[in-house]
Amino acid sequence: MVNFAQGEFMMLGAFLAYTFVSVLDLNFALSIILAILVMSAVGVLTDRLIIRPMIGEPHFSVLMITIGLGFILRAVAGIIWGNEPKSLETPYAGKVFEYESVVIGYENIIIILGTIVLCSALAFFFKATALGKAMQAASQNQLAAMYVGISVKKINSITWAISAGIAAVAGILVAPVSLIDPQIGFIGIKAFAAAIVGGFGSLPGAIIGGLIIGIGEQYAGLYLPPGFSEVTAYAILLSMLLVRPHGILTSVQIKKM
Amino acid sequence: MRFIRKTSYYQDIQIFKHRGQIFWYACLAIILFSLPFFLSDFYLGELALVFIYAIAGIGLMLLTGYTGLVSLGHAAFLGIGAYTHSYFLSLGVPFVFSLSISVFFSSFIGMLLAIPALRVTGIYLAVATLAFSIIVEQILSHWVSVTGGYRGMLVPDPNIGSLSLKSHTAFYFVCLTFFSSSVLIGLNILRSPVGRAMTAVRDSEISAQSMGINLAKTKTIAFAISAGFTGLAGGLLAHKIGYLAPDSFNILISIQLLLMIVVGGLGSLHGAVYGAIFIGFLPQALALLRDILPDKLAQIPGLEPGIFGLILVLVLIYEPLGVYGRWLKIRSFFEEFPLYRRSTHKRQRTFLKTERLR
Repeated sequence: MVNFAQGEFMMLGAFLAYTFVSVLDLNFALSIILAILVMSAVGVLTDRLIIRPMIGEPHFSVLMITIGLGFILRAVAGIIWGNEPKSLETPYAGKVFEYESVVIGYENIIIILGTIVLCSALAFFFKATALGKAMQAASQNQLAAMYVGISVKKINSITWAISAGIAAVAGILVAPVSLIDPQIGFIGIKAFAAAIVGGFGSLPGAIIGGLIIGIGEQYAGLYLPPGFSEVTAYAILLSMLLVRPHGILTSVQIKKM
Repeated sequence: MRFIRKTSYYQDIQIFKHRGQIFWYACLAIILFSLPFFLSDFYLGELALVFIYAIAGIGLMLLTGYTGLVSLGHAAFLGIGAYTHSYFLSLGVPFVFSLSISVFFSSFIGMLLAIPALRVTGIYLAVATLAFSIIVEQILSHWVSVTGGYRGMLVPDPNIGSLSLKSHTAFYFVCLTFFSSSVLIGLNILRSPVGRAMTAVRDSEISAQSMGINLAKTKTIAFAISAGFTGLAGGLLAHKIGYLAPDSFNILISIQLLLMIVVGGLGSLHGAVYGAIFIGFLPQALALLRDILPDKLAQIPGLEPGIFGLILVLVLIYEPLGVYGRWLKIRSFFEEFPLYRRSTHKRQRTFLKTERLR
């Protein structure tokens, strides 16, 4: 299952956290938890209303429907929160970590730590729990998964809840560094590029892909004329598809007939 | 109800299935050619735009609807066509030549894009074409000596010899001519071996390959043809908008093109035309809607894409075959009148499998 609205989920998560923290004046930790819970509910709702009727339809239709969903969410966010960028106030904003000559902002440290924790939790979840394995089975072949007794519909709902929750976390992590506005969801496209460069369906691959694209972009911004840094991610993606179409750490096998 | 008696194999690939079709399409052609004598300039302009969208729609339909390759980057071909055409026009190249150059150049770029895109399917392809269109948009905004960068580029007026095509009526006829020849070319491609190979690739790559179809070749041709049509549409669109800016060919336009063929009906050229009519007149409908809505809601800038998205979602859930699919159902209801059964048009469900195992 591919969700082109993932970036929009991220944006919604960040906006929700912003609402809880700045508008309703709640405790920061509480607002994060609330934002994640609300986003999970949004994920389940999306599954029930939009994705479930599409079970049994071709990939293309599912892809298109998530693109449509992204546009709807962006418009909804624009209506609710307006189009001016908002900034999420965090308890750790503006503080820096100093060690001899190394100075790192706490926001960045939190992003790195959050990513590591999230990734290891996900890796554990997919490797060791029955639910994680059921999800993988349902993603590989819905019909076969149903035959071995996995409730594909339930699994789908849970998957959407989890992925929307994770998107909310990502949104909250990135919000202090870049402001929140309805267009922030476009960062999701770059995330796709990273996932494909690294190898779709492989968590370490996604991290490696993200690193390659992030570092490549920084260096292009440093050494190449302006304009190149915007296209670096996509140029890397296209050249990667030329060399290794399924990414660095690939999990693709050719079906034997 | 009409029963067609088949007396030769050739009948299967005829453009017109029976005389009734010839009659009705002839009527349509006569109406279209006589419209300029009845309609005001505004509606002629809108119709010309519909024709342009329809040409791009035919291009995208050949790729997505018939070859099964999703492209999120067709706005880039539209942009390439538009910029090439107006660049060569401003160098003083005659209209027809410059338009042909832009068609061939977009086809060529389409072929180049096919090289990385050949190796991937489904979402990978969607993201790859998206990446391509973002790169093209950046090139358009930074290659100042040719494209004028963010300042934009003024499109010279179209002339053939000493004949000016600037008036609404003349431009309507230009668009109509290109549109009808595009439809004919599209139909003929579809009944040629290449077109049938494309459909075979869409339905099953493995069985197409087993029948001796060269996948890489077929897909490359599909990309080139599709990009060519879209480039042609781009060249005409340049005259329609008059002033080119890089952000007039962004991802939103690509999605609008996809929306067009989905709403019209995937897998039929009729669908591309219905979709073009829909997209062409949607802004007017939205403008009317804005008048009805309360001011505060109507002034929100992101509303239009939101409504596009909503329509896309609703069409995909309730009528995946779009306007054309609905029309087929209505027609068969009347043809089979007392005996019509809904289950005739029941959708075949195919259960999702991973793209990681091919």
